[in-house]
Amino acid sequence: MGVMKRLTNIVQAKANKVLDKAEDPRETLDLSYEKQIEQLQQVKRGLADVATAKKRIELQALQLQSAATKLQDQARQALTQNREDLATQALTRRSGIAAQLEGLKTQHDQLAQQQERLEATTQQLQARVEAFRTQKETLKASYTAAQAQTKIGEAVSGISESMSDTGLAMQRAQDKIAQMQARAGAVDELLASGTLTDLSGSSDPLQAELDKGAASSAVELQLAQLKGELNAPANAPSGELGAGGETSAATDEPADGEVVQPAASPKAPADPFSLDGGGAS
Amino acid sequence: MIVRILGEGQFELDQAEAASLGDLDKQLLAALEASDEPKFHEVLGHLVEAVRAAGKPVGPEVFVPSDLTVPNESASLAELRELMNSEDVGES
Repeated sequence: MGVMKRLTNIVQAKANKVLDKAEDPRETLDLSYEKQIEQLQQVKRGLADVATAKKRIELQALQLQSAATKLQDQARQALTQNREDLATQALTRRSGIAAQLEGLKTQHDQLAQQQERLEATTQQLQARVEAFRTQKETLKASYTAAQAQTKIGEAVSGISESMSDTGLAMQRAQDKIAQMQARAGAVDELLASGTLTDLSGSSDPLQAELDKGAASSAVELQLAQLKGELNAPANAPSGELGAGGETSAATDEPADGEVVQPAASPKAPADPFSLDGGGAS
Repeated sequence: MIVRILGEGQFELDQAEAASLGDLDKQLLAALEASDEPKFHEVLGHLVEAVRAAGKPVGPEVFVPSDLTVPNESASLAELRELMNSEDVGES
């Protein structure tokens, strides 16, 4: 048997068996209508699930972008401290992120495709449900004619088959969501375990090294300043150390109602899945 | 003859047009059995195109079962194989 015939048998075998059970074909019509309405609701829920899954991937892409930006900054910082080894480490991690982003993009595309299909399915189903609502009354009214009974049987088989097709379409979308969730979970784990981030935290050894470098040059600067003060006339204000404590802390405070941008906020690139488009200079 | 493209809809073809799909159907089965993914996609693409080109879309107001069924254009070989091997997954 060819693929087309066998597939027909399979899809029709998957058809809703509930519809075969009613004794009066007129009941079957009402039942078919109810089942179609139920399925329409299921498809709509499926659509919402796909949208949620897509959103999750988009958020992860932003997190990864943010991590990549941070690594780029760290690499730059490392170079100003003449630590090429640290710069290399940061850029290596950054390229790992690029690979993750690529994987996310593939899944995002697949979900977008499923979303488009389910939207088309929803529209078709909606039109069919609407058409069937009026037809079933006509069919019921002319039920006594033998010809009408045949037509009812055919209509119900047709509905069963198309419901089974819609069921398959939903299953495909759910499979894609499941794949996405597995991947998103893996990315979350990576982000949490510090393989990709912990970039902002003190537990990031790369950042610790850089901070150490920055701290020692700050100490040297302060030393030089203190030496300068000691050599300066006695009436000069020695506000340098005190100022660091109060005055600058006050100016760091955001004004009321001002939105504080997180330091590592991504620059919202046109393509959230590409590091090249993200204004990486 | 009514032909359904899974996930897309039904098309009405006359007998001769439907019969002309037989060759592609055989090729599809061969590709499936040989696990030849590139060939599978090529043949499937032709088959779907042929149904769309020769058939008239069945309107939403017509409720009829299909005589033949074609996989969705984007189906993978593994997906179709799974479907072909699953006769009773219950009702949806």
